[in-house]
Amino acid sequence: MPSIGRSIPRREGRSKVTGRAQYVDDLTLPGMLFGATVRSTDPRGLIRRIDFDSEVPWSEFVVVTAADVPGVNRVALIVDDQPCLAADRVNHPEEPVVLLAHPDRHLVEEARRRVHIVVDPEPAVFSMDESLAGHTIVWGRDNIFKNYVVTRGDVDAAIANADVLVEGEYETGAQEQLYIEPNGMVATGNPADGVTVWGSMQCPYYIHKALKAIFNLPADKIRVVQMETGGGFGGKEEYPSIIACHAALLAWKAGAPVKLVYDRAEDMVATTKRHPSRTRHRTAVTRDGRLVAMDIDFVIDGGAYCTLSPVVLSRGTIHSAGPYLCPNVRLRGRAVATNAPPHGAFRGFGAPQSLFALERHMDRVAAAVGLTPDALRRRNFIRAGDTSAVGQVMRDPIDMVALLERALSIADYHAKRARFDEINPSLRVRKGIGLAAFMHGAGFTGSGEDHLASVVAVEAGADGRVRVLSSNTEIGQGTNTIFAQIAADTLGVPAESIEIAQPDTSIVPDSGPTVASRTCMVVGKLVETAARGLIAELKKVGFGDGADTLAFERACAAYAARFGPLRAIARYQAPPGLRWDDETYQGDAYGTYAWAVYVAEVSVDMTTWETRVDDFVAVQEVGKVINPTLATGQIEGGVAQAIGWALYERIVWREGRMANGEMTNYIMPTSMDLPPIRVFFEEQPYAYGPGGAKGIGELPMDGPAPAILNAVAHATGADPRAVPLMPETLMTLMETARV
Amino acid sequence: MSEVSAVTVSCRVNGVPAELRGHPMDRLLDVLRVELLLTGTKEGCGEGECGACSVVIDGQLVNSCLVPLLHARGTSITTIEGVAKGDRLHAVQQAFITNGGAQCGICTPGMVLAAVTLLERTPEPSLDDIRTALAGNLCRCTGYTRIFEAVLQACRATPPET
Repeated sequence: MPSIGRSIPRREGRSKVTGRAQYVDDLTLPGMLFGATVRSTDPRGLIRRIDFDSEVPWSEFVVVTAADVPGVNRVALIVDDQPCLAADRVNHPEEPVVLLAHPDRHLVEEARRRVHIVVDPEPAVFSMDESLAGHTIVWGRDNIFKNYVVTRGDVDAAIANADVLVEGEYETGAQEQLYIEPNGMVATGNPADGVTVWGSMQCPYYIHKALKAIFNLPADKIRVVQMETGGGFGGKEEYPSIIACHAALLAWKAGAPVKLVYDRAEDMVATTKRHPSRTRHRTAVTRDGRLVAMDIDFVIDGGAYCTLSPVVLSRGTIHSAGPYLCPNVRLRGRAVATNAPPHGAFRGFGAPQSLFALERHMDRVAAAVGLTPDALRRRNFIRAGDTSAVGQVMRDPIDMVALLERALSIADYHAKRARFDEINPSLRVRKGIGLAAFMHGAGFTGSGEDHLASVVAVEAGADGRVRVLSSNTEIGQGTNTIFAQIAADTLGVPAESIEIAQPDTSIVPDSGPTVASRTCMVVGKLVETAARGLIAELKKVGFGDGADTLAFERACAAYAARFGPLRAIARYQAPPGLRWDDETYQGDAYGTYAWAVYVAEVSVDMTTWETRVDDFVAVQEVGKVINPTLATGQIEGGVAQAIGWALYERIVWREGRMANGEMTNYIMPTSMDLPPIRVFFEEQPYAYGPGGAKGIGELPMDGPAPAILNAVAHATGADPRAVPLMPETLMTLMETARV
Repeated sequence: MSEVSAVTVSCRVNGVPAELRGHPMDRLLDVLRVELLLTGTKEGCGEGECGACSVVIDGQLVNSCLVPLLHARGTSITTIEGVAKGDRLHAVQQAFITNGGAQCGICTPGMVLAAVTLLERTPEPSLDDIRTALAGNLCRCTGYTRIFEAVLQACRATPPET
């Protein structure tokens, strides 16, 4: 029986429910010291000196500063502008400056409080508007990390001649990933053996690259091992490189293993968050609601260093026109510098921000032309054969209308909308229903996958045991399980007999980072291809198609006896016909897209202004579903995280520093706060995905916020344009409207 | 912290008598993890918000990051390591695996203990009972739905052990 399509249990489920799974903080090495990070309190300025209080016996401590970096003091990523340890200046609060280690973890924390970074302050910038104004330059020549302009048709002429022009400005706040396991690393290192780190991470080879540069060591002297990882959501994409370098620098100087695990407060204030954004829309439509022009200006706040902002910006910009067909489009995207800790990867990677703006705006466009929200969208959906805003001809089947109809029907949208309109005037707790339509491109943007050139290996022993080797990490999303399913079906053996190697750069090839909804679709396809390669090899010993498990085992034994170890590798090759121009930013932005329509039903208390989501319907087309239970779990979890972003999770900034860096005052949804999340899949197999699968992980982050705010608008008549929508924001909106 | 001398606290951990040694104000979480190597109890926030460090003390689900060692004197403590009977999983653990109740797994030990504690008190809980009983255990991966289904299936599958 095929394994793909069945909910086989999570591979490492047993170790997780029994508490035996080993996370980084569970690892203890002999003679291990505990590390701590001393950070700047100032947002920007020159480091005048570092004071060490005299009562601390510093000779007992290992102390590391920028002067101790053996290689290049930069975190290698896209633009190498970020120091591993600040040397002469700081550019944001919580910037790491000094590292400490000591055998007693309580004493190292005491000592951390007794180091003072004395800074001569310089003017700093804390908002996108200040950054764009350019009066104070804090990065490069103009505070701009990256700028994209993509044009199609003649937007200005179309707007000048428009029947109806609808304008709007929308904002989204930063969001903490809030994986329940904080970041951490354990490291060893010395010149003879090189550097080894074990830790919580998404991308072992990003860390490998960063360590190579910091230590100026050859690749084979660096080893990165992923421990069980307690959630990532993007928050363990790039920042773990810094923690790994810090732990390794301490270990290198100490000549002993060092554990550097952040506590929650440090993790929240110091590590990356979702980029705040502001989007301006100018949309020209005909009187009967056909899109004529979309002029979109998308700005994200990148924080103090470039990190991943250019690619977050590119995904956000490309998704900003949504699943619609429009002849005249101008997309402008800018990532700007401020003196906050760098913002980074978070599930959706720019798309939730720009799609929030678009899908809230589309409801306002509908109202402007007297159409219902669903009617306006139905009239403008992109279809197979159409060309997208960035010039991609959509070759795969797309049926947004079918997704819309199914979602509306399951949610009983039309009947509820009419009933709520009727009953609301007499209610203190009003009801509303709203929708959002959207898509998410799977895999790296544009030519990204070509540059990654990911590699997966599959090997089989003489006993027929199969092992899949990739650097893609299990972070809760199900990598281990779906890779086993994909390999099993290709080889015709049970999924239980497939072993998934622990990501360890001394063993596994570089199959790219665990990000961008690429693990299943892109890397899973490589697993399938490598497994096919294994079968091709086995043909040398007479193994035929359609053979059973026993025949497979016999063939493996025969192969090993005649030829030695059996191993096949697969390297990424773009699906035929994909074209992308990095200069004009036009072409096939993604190999394919997942498509979705979500419907949210809310209650709004007109006295307390609290919003509660009462029901949530998520209908999506994600290609073939490899494992229904895991896939449903991905959608439910993503919707929950997006509900948090829409209604609860507000970061309070004070001069570039998160002021509410605790779980007591940064509020994520509990089991009491969430509605039933009802998940439905349409399966349209994708020719270049394993078994027909597409990417799925980020999609559910994109739609809930606009669906919820559209529902709040329906319930109250207010026009909320920013998330998170806190009760006080809604109160202000409603009271202003009354005046 | 050095003025107060270390204490030895007698208690039972997972049914076995234990002598726990440490500073009276040491967090039970650390003593369990460091002294007894029971690393299934996790630290998520260190301030009693997330429930990753949940253990059961004398039948009560508590955050072990908020329990000083001295309070453990004479108590009976169950950690996640004490939930399965040898290789035989508790019905809740099995249901978590079957229903996708564990994703990244870091909240899972605490979540399983919260569910087991609920079922011991309320063998046939309603969905609202489950929501309430798990409200002190935060999960960032699942949106809780699969966890609710796991708990419902666990009480359907097997009557709770007495």
